[in-house]
This record gives sequence, structure tokens and C-alpha cells, in this order.
Amino acid sequence: MQSIIDAFQFIGDNLHFMLTKTLEHLALSGAAIAVSLVIAIPLGVTLGHLHKGSFLAINASNIGRALPSLAIISIGIGILGIGFINVMVAMVVLAVPPMLTNAYVAVDGVDPDAVEAARAVGMSPRQVLWKVEIPLALPLMFAGIRTGAVYVVATATLAAIAGGGGLGDVIVNQASYGTEGVIAGALMVTALAFLVEGLFAVIQRLLTPRALRHEEGPVELLAPVIEGT
Amino acid sequence: MLAQLALPIAQGGGPVIPTFQRGSDCVRENRQFCWDWFSSHWSSTFQPRLIEHIELTAIAVGIGFVIAFVAALVAYRWDWAVNPATAVFALVYTIPSLAFFQLMVPFTGLTRLSAEIALVSYTLLILFRNILTGLREVPADALEAAQAMGLTRRQTLWRVELPLAMPAIMAGIRIATVTIISLATVAAFIGVGGLGEPIFNAIQTGFKTQFIAAGVLAVLLALVTDAVLVVVQRLLTPWARAKVG
Repeated sequence: MQSIIDAFQFIGDNLHFMLTKTLEHLALSGAAIAVSLVIAIPLGVTLGHLHKGSFLAINASNIGRALPSLAIISIGIGILGIGFINVMVAMVVLAVPPMLTNAYVAVDGVDPDAVEAARAVGMSPRQVLWKVEIPLALPLMFAGIRTGAVYVVATATLAAIAGGGGLGDVIVNQASYGTEGVIAGALMVTALAFLVEGLFAVIQRLLTPRALRHEEGPVELLAPVIEGT
Repeated sequence: MLAQLALPIAQGGGPVIPTFQRGSDCVRENRQFCWDWFSSHWSSTFQPRLIEHIELTAIAVGIGFVIAFVAALVAYRWDWAVNPATAVFALVYTIPSLAFFQLMVPFTGLTRLSAEIALVSYTLLILFRNILTGLREVPADALEAAQAMGLTRRQTLWRVELPLAMPAIMAGIRIATVTIISLATVAAFIGVGGLGEPIFNAIQTGFKTQFIAAGVLAVLLALVTDAVLVVVQRLLTPWARAKVG
């Protein structure tokens, strides 16, 4: 217990330093999440809309889940060298699969009756996609986005080993910052992961049409998504 | 130029005593991937690390399974135990692994025990949830039939509930195993070997071949293990396969 108190003391004493590291961590994670979203969501939604490529889309997350994060970072360094962009690319490789699979499954699994009804009232395929399929798919789609985002925030800790900066810098340098520094860094990473999870939950709520909001149940537990840190 | 010359000496995980061997052009120029170096270091650097990695993973998943299995049986029988157990397992699950390994060192040193305590902890939430979910989703009909046939509680558990829960349990073992393969690479940070060791060594030297070789081996280990567990799952639950086919 004392060590937890020491850790908070450490954060208080080194507030500026910890905030700088947190911002580095967020910059790296944010960039990786943004790139992953741009790749995974349009692809998953398109495939789901067309009901094609289920093998690719569903197995993406099975394979993605099996990929060891440090190994991916290592291969990334081997090919691209050390640096921000390269660590980010490795994290994109890890974050795209859950986002892609969930986006596909969500859109693919939209109630066919709803789609048919939308067509019957004269909606164009584009309207069906934007006004029916995507809104109905949002909760499941966001479950994937949240999983991927939290995964990135957690994995960004390992990026420090590869010179990516962020809170991992504090955690790996026990020699400089002591046990309290390690715990402080760990606490900040965990808090950040929950914060990012919460942020996407809020975005999900804002994007969900009011009429659908009441249906939104807890899609999954909060903690279990922090995998492979 | 000096740094490049020093390279073949520092990498490899062997003795640090300079041997002044002449590296190939590929190694000296630190090209993308040097097959000659990889094949000559397979038996000294990579094969032992691969075996250590498999050992680290197998021990963690084995011990984790025993703990999670007992916890899940307790929680299945006594409902009040579910929430506290989930809370504890979820809490340890959220600790960043890099921190967890280091935090064990003051207690158990730079030993395999430290690594295993952390690795076992990470399996618990996954295995516990899957075993419990599997048991809870056993159809009431099957339980009733078992009761009607006069099976005791113990017999029902071993002959009806656990076999029917097998797909969920195997899915949990699969996720836990690939997760631990991933986390065991990080365990090399406290010097317990495994495929993370050549990765951490490569960070010191910047030797590309070592980064790629160790990374690819870890990825292959994870994917092959995942595939093997899928096959095992199918063999253990032939009835599930019959339904699909």
C-alpha cells in the first residue's frame, strides 16, 4: 500500500514530467488509432454491406489476437528502423484486426428485415447503408473500436523499449525513477486506457440516434479488453 | 565504421568476450536479413530461446488453468463468489506487463518465478470467465435429464456439465495461450529468456536480422500454437463439428 502512496507522491512531485510523457503516449496512441480507424472501418463496413469477404474479416481478429505485440514491434524496427512512425505502424497492425472484424460482423449482421423494409420504402443502397445499417451496427462496431484503442494505449508502453517515448519510458527506467516511478507509470497507463475506453463510449453514445439509445446495453466488460499489454 | 565493426561481436546472446570473427558482408553492413547469420546462430541463440518460450507459456497456462478451474467451480456452485473473483482477476489483468514483471523482482528476484507469477495472473481472468460461462450455458434440459437418470452432483459435473462446457473452455485456453506467448516476450525484460531476449539484445545493437528473426519466430509460434489448439478443440468436441458439417 505504501508503494502506491509513494507512486502518487512521485506523480505529484514530477507532474510536468509525467504530463509530458502522458502527452507523448497519447500522441503515439492517437496517431495509431486514427490510422487504424481509417483503414479498418471503411473496409469492414463495405465488406459487411456487400456481405462479402467473411473469411478475411472474421479471421482477421483471430490472427490479430494471436500476434505478439513486442514481436510485431520488433519486426517493425527490423524493417523500418527505430522511430515514431515505425512503432506506430506496428501498433496499427495490432489495432486493425479487432476493428475490422467487429465492423464487418456488425454491418453484416444487421437484421435483414430492417434492410428490406428500408429498400421497400424506396431508399437507395447508399441511404440504406448510412441510415439503416450503420446506425444499427454502431454498438458492435464501437466494441471493436474500443478494444483496438485500448490495445493500442496498452501496447504503446512497449514502444518505449523501441525509442517510441511515452509512459513506457518511465516504466522501463526503474534505475532512474525507482519502484515508485514504475508503479506511477503503470497507474497512468491503466488510467489512460480506461479514459480512452470511456471517451469512445461517449462518442458512441453521441453518434447513436436517439431512438436507438435505449437498446444500448453493455456490449462487453470494461477491463477484459486490456489485452496483451 | 567502428560501430559497424563492433556489431557481430555484441549480438548473439553468447559470451560478450570479443571473438573477432569476421562477419559476412551482410552482417557487417547490417542488411535487411542475413540468412547466413540466422542459420549459424539458430542452435546457439534461437532454438534454446524458443524452447524457453514454450516452457514459460506452458507452465503459466497450466498453473493458471488449475487455479481458474477451481475458482470457476467454486463460483459456479456459490454465486456470491463470482463478483469478487472477477474483480481480483480483472485488476491484475490491467497491470501493464512491463511494470508487473519489474514489480515482482523485489520479492522473487530476476527469476523465472517472478515471470511465472505475472504470467499466471494474466491467464486467470480469461480462463475463469470462459470456464464459468461454459458451465452456465449448459442447457437446463441436459441437467434435468442427468438428474432423471439418477446421476449424483459429482457425476453430473464430470459427465454432463464439463463435456458440454468444453468448447468454451477450449476457447479460453486458446485465447489465454496466445496472450501468454505475447506477454512472455516481454518477460525477457527481467532476464528470464524466451524469444524476447534476442529482441532486447537487438535493441542494444540495432542488428536488423536479430529483430526480424526473433519477431518472426514469436509470431510463428503464436500462430502455429493457435492453429494446433483449434485442431485439439475439434478433436475434443466431435459433436460440435458434426453440427457444423
